Amino acid sequence: MAVQKRAQETLRSLRVAAWLGWQIESNWTDPFLFAIYSIAKPIAGTLILVFMYVVVARGGLGNPLFPYIFVGNAFYIYVGAVLMGVSWAVIDDREHYGMLKYMYTAPLNIYAYLLGRGVAKTAIATIAVAITLLFGVAVLGVRIPPGEVDWAMLVAAIALGLSAIAFLGILLAGVTLITARHNYYIGEGVAGALYLLCGAVFPLDVLPRGLAAVGRALPLTYWLEALRRALLGGGGSQAIGALSNGALLGILAGSTATLAVLSVLFYRWAERLAHRKGLLDMQTMY
Amino acid sequence: MSWEELSIRTEGLTRVFRPKRREARGQRREIVALDRVNLAVERGELFGVLGPNGAGKTTLIKILATLLAPTSGRAWVAGVDVSENPWEVRRHINMVSGGESSGYGLLTVEENLWMFSQFYGMQSGEAKRRIKELLEVVGLADRARTKIYHLSTGMRQKMNFARGFLTDPEILFLDEPTLGLDVQTARTLRAYIRDWMDRHPDRTILLTTHYMYEADELCDRVAIIDRGKVLACDTPAALKRTLQREAIFRLRVAALADPKALFQGVTGVHRFTHAARDGCVELDVVLGDENAILAVLGGIQRAGGQLLSLEKREPTLEDVFVRLVGRGLGSGEGAGA
Repeated sequence: MAVQKRAQETLRSLRVAAWLGWQIESNWTDPFLFAIYSIAKPIAGTLILVFMYVVVARGGLGNPLFPYIFVGNAFYIYVGAVLMGVSWAVIDDREHYGMLKYMYTAPLNIYAYLLGRGVAKTAIATIAVAITLLFGVAVLGVRIPPGEVDWAMLVAAIALGLSAIAFLGILLAGVTLITARHNYYIGEGVAGALYLLCGAVFPLDVLPRGLAAVGRALPLTYWLEALRRALLGGGGSQAIGALSNGALLGILAGSTATLAVLSVLFYRWAERLAHRKGLLDMQTMY
Repeated sequence: MSWEELSIRTEGLTRVFRPKRREARGQRREIVALDRVNLAVERGELFGVLGPNGAGKTTLIKILATLLAPTSGRAWVAGVDVSENPWEVRRHINMVSGGESSGYGLLTVEENLWMFSQFYGMQSGEAKRRIKELLEVVGLADRARTKIYHLSTGMRQKMNFARGFLTDPEILFLDEPTLGLDVQTARTLRAYIRDWMDRHPDRTILLTTHYMYEADELCDRVAIIDRGKVLACDTPAALKRTLQREAIFRLRVAALADPKALFQGVTGVHRFTHAARDGCVELDVVLGDENAILAVLGGIQRAGGQLLSLEKREPTLEDVFVRLVGRGLGSGEGAGA
């Protein structure tokens, strides 16, 4: 009975938080401007990358490195969006809306709530990723023939990768809970560091040995490799290239599960600290 | 009454705030917000916590509502320890904080309330019916579809009041619910609180306020709190009865430079408070014997003051507070004994 009640609260928290997140994300302007913004932003991000690659690095679009970079970069949109979508909810609710204390006095599952708040940003990021990939195929000549895509692997990789990013968001939400308005910088810093370490643009092989080792410990590295194999037929990193698809997904699943446990444990610790220090309803006015 | 029948119980509840080293600038002064507070609130009671700003009222509510951990001592809400099982406590409570303008600005009033009803597991249809009813009560029916960033602070506060009652909680914490509201609205909300309790005799409200008339009008029992300590706890009538051997006068005096000097050497004055109002001084004087008023009047005359009015009145909770604490509830009031 107690388990059933908990399950109902969890589902309810996820559903209503997702609704709230969508209202906040989509209601700030009229639908037309919102659509333009949602399309223009990823394409602009892609063009910056193409400019850097073609003009600054003098790379050719026919170089096998280009699809590697392009796919990694396209899916990396998820990292910033989901990470911030989940963790930013704490600071938004506490500092901006003054509502975190009411969430904390309501019978909701806070993890489900935070994950739910990230759903809207994930949905918008999905559109952005799709637009970026279509732009790459149609305009930049990136070769992703639908018939050659390993759809099962793609779906599995997306599901596991998004879970990993969401739990990383929970971990960052814990950091946010015990700090003041510094989450934006922490979130940006983490997203920036991961961009370097997980092979989004640079293969692990070109990183110094120490950084490559850190990269190999991150679920996102295996996620991006799995996505490239599913879409392009092969990865690009020699460091993890020897792994079979099954082993790759297995490591991704295992590292995601480990990250989930660590994130929840960390959030619980941060929550207890915030409870003790009176930070749950802190409004710094910084 | 057995422990199981109590809605709220605290035992030696203490909360100490220690400033951060860099904020304290060398003075590591601790603030004792709650000092060994023992309370027992029965099911069905409208229990008031009356005290000035900074007395510890909000800290008490935060601990009971699972937002803050006590430094020591224990608290139970609906029979559940708030520190050991906050998740279970949250199934029984709701909370309203006055004087703030929280809410999701991009949602309408109706949407804000509906969202909370869903977090509490209410049926959507029932929630919509209750929202309509409560918006009528708080006078926001015509603003139901207004996004709340268009609302004034007072209107948002009314919406938050409605949110507290929407879920029909077993135990409701009202932290200064009428703070900053206009007189008519505050009166309407007080009437609704009383009416809600009458209609739900198994529900419990813990209300904090620094408005003595609010505590007097609404509460079955009142705890008077100052600097974290509970100084007295009883029904408003019983608390006031403790002063009935004394005589209380309210005087309005013009051209009185130093009200404190007025009582020097005057015997029979137990306590007094004074406040400047409308260009004159309003004095509340508690006398051991009503005949001592003659000496007070003589003092006013000697000080060059001009007596505008004199009224003998019944004791109020504020008088009880002054007797216990030695100063008034309102800011800017001095006191003497």
